[in-house]
Amino acid sequence: MNTAIRIANVSKRYRIGGLHPGYMTFREMLGGLVTAPFKKRSNGQQTIWALSDIDLEIGQGELVGIIGHNGAGKSTLLKILSRVTRPTIGAVELFGRIGSLLEVGTGFHPDLTGRENIYLSGAILGMRRAEIDRKFAEIVAFSELEKFIETSVKWYSSGMYVRLAFSVAAHLEPEILMMDEVLAVGDAAFQQKCLDKMHEIRQQGRTILFVSHDMAAITRLCKRVVLLERGKVTFDGEAHEVVKRYLSSSLKSGASREWTDQQAAPGDRVVRLRRVRVRTEEGETISVVDIQKPFGIELAYDVLEEGHALVPVIEFYNHEGTELFSTHDTSANWRRQPRPRGTYTSTVWIPGNLLAEGSLIGNVSIMSHFPVTTLHANEPNAVAFQVVDSPAGDSARGDYVGPMPGLIRPLLNWVTAMEQAHENRDKQISSNQDQ
Amino acid sequence: MDLETSKAVGPKLPQATSAGPVRLPDSDLSNAPDIGSRDRHTLIQSEESGVQLDLGELWHYRELLYFLTLRDIKVRYKQTVMGLAWVIIQPLTTMLIFTLVFNRFVRLDAGALPYPLFALSGLLLWLFFANAVTNSTHSLVSNANLITKVYFPRMFIPAASVGAGLVDLAVAFLLLIALCFYYRVPLTLNLLLLPLFVFLMALLALGVGLLSAAVTVKYRDLRHALPFIIQLWMFASPVIYPTSIVPERWQWLVTINPVAGIIEGFRSCLTGGSFAWLQVSIAAAITVTLLVCSAFVFRRFEHTFADVV
Repeated sequence: MNTAIRIANVSKRYRIGGLHPGYMTFREMLGGLVTAPFKKRSNGQQTIWALSDIDLEIGQGELVGIIGHNGAGKSTLLKILSRVTRPTIGAVELFGRIGSLLEVGTGFHPDLTGRENIYLSGAILGMRRAEIDRKFAEIVAFSELEKFIETSVKWYSSGMYVRLAFSVAAHLEPEILMMDEVLAVGDAAFQQKCLDKMHEIRQQGRTILFVSHDMAAITRLCKRVVLLERGKVTFDGEAHEVVKRYLSSSLKSGASREWTDQQAAPGDRVVRLRRVRVRTEEGETISVVDIQKPFGIELAYDVLEEGHALVPVIEFYNHEGTELFSTHDTSANWRRQPRPRGTYTSTVWIPGNLLAEGSLIGNVSIMSHFPVTTLHANEPNAVAFQVVDSPAGDSARGDYVGPMPGLIRPLLNWVTAMEQAHENRDKQISSNQDQ
Repeated sequence: MDLETSKAVGPKLPQATSAGPVRLPDSDLSNAPDIGSRDRHTLIQSEESGVQLDLGELWHYRELLYFLTLRDIKVRYKQTVMGLAWVIIQPLTTMLIFTLVFNRFVRLDAGALPYPLFALSGLLLWLFFANAVTNSTHSLVSNANLITKVYFPRMFIPAASVGAGLVDLAVAFLLLIALCFYYRVPLTLNLLLLPLFVFLMALLALGVGLLSAAVTVKYRDLRHALPFIIQLWMFASPVIYPTSIVPERWQWLVTINPVAGIIEGFRSCLTGGSFAWLQVSIAAAITVTLLVCSAFVFRRFEHTFADVV
């Protein structure tokens, strides 16, 4: 495989001036010259390494995801690759024209018309005039703004603006494409266009770097993911592995929660929680759930007062705060049975191919219904975990890689049958295929 | 979407509908002839690597200079009632004021040219120079959103300010031509050299503009000092007065001031008199030296602009 991007030993240092703005005035500079000899070298200049010792090689046609927390160095890396800034140490080699969808609308001027902006923005992104001339009709048609192309873009709605800007960028035809959080802006139709474009570019054998916080998007699109932490590459490999690492360090309430001090644990005089966790069938605690695999939520609790028929309950919310469903323990062995004192575990099993992708939160409570319904323990946001899909094509999304709406994602049975064959057209198609 | 319209514009395109996934027009790498060899391989070196002018790169991006200049011109006169007329109003009123002062109140001998024509010829070149330098000084900071987002030779941003100034100058030239007819300026071969002096003035404006733009990115002081410097420079140059009235012991200042040499040469084109070739050569030499030095300084700090602007 040919190399598309070679990043060799790249480090980037920024000077941070505390409260000072990024630029200096002459007076500060002169003052600095006077006081500099009297200052200790060590505290004279505060610097941070936004990137340190990055070595990466990305092959042509690869689709690589770059993931990391805010400040991990993602945007600095993209800035170096797009040649906006240079590395302090090291070098980068790029084989092929690089284009970025980091900021759609770069170079747009509000006072210019759509037509003028297409040319201006195209030229700034690196297109030749002849190239823009040739693609102009396509760009306009793709943006669906034929009627407004002679209107100043400041009169455009934000949706129209983004459509025009994206159309220009989408026609740049770079061999290496970098995408930032573009998927986070625009409406669903626009996100769909972004993903379609990405899909098409990948099929043409071009290289894509995809930088995102959007875990669901990264895992379903990229096989290889690079994790950046504090300016260093801390992992480079399979998407699922790296996402697991990322989540374990990012989620506040994780896949497992434990209360060691019984007095402080959620509950009352009847029952107190000990532990809540997300687990696999093998008993391993996990924070990332494969959309196709069943998993369990396990509650451990102490019953402190005997004689109550207890019902553990779990409610599931998605990241938008929408409640997906709640589930009550209806198993036969302890149903309506007063429990003796002791330590119990209750586990509810969620089948595979039920939940949609994304971050999910579990609220845990324990109640009883006799003589009246009483809430004994209640812990909102007890556990958080991530449901991810893979690009393998055997989940409910099939070969589709775009965003799938819906709160649940069941894998259902489809039956497709051919009722009647159309002779002539069939022959045409098969003869075309023969050629 | 209006299907009729889109068919009229792009008949070959598959129809993009909001319901289904949108297919983009097919394109592959082999039929992208506009991608030159420059795009095939790029080496991004560290900050410590040396400074190169890299004129090849400037040539490669030359069309961008055109579009940036066009933008500067269009944006400047959008939403103005009188539009390009402003290009004429500014030198015209300035000329009228100076004519009133130096021709009516104070009798000043401007030599071979009638004073209004003398003043206008100086003012046109000077106002072009002053506006070009002022605009290019501010240009990098006001285009920070471009500089921090995408790579291209940053030199084109101040260069576009100078280019836009040239277009303004061309329009304002109509005024000069009218005045030449009014005063029956003789048609001489000297007039053929007019473009040379305009060109020299543009190079000088670019030389000063590149330097001040690069400095302003880091030290914003220059933005405050600039109007003051420009004004001083104008009174130190023979814009509204002839060099003949400068005392002997200050004549060396006129000699080393390239603006003086260029404006005097420009006027000689109109009068048909002989050129002060020595002074013109000195002015040209200083202009070219300054431009080359400024270009190197600009290139040296270019890659830090995105970090400090």
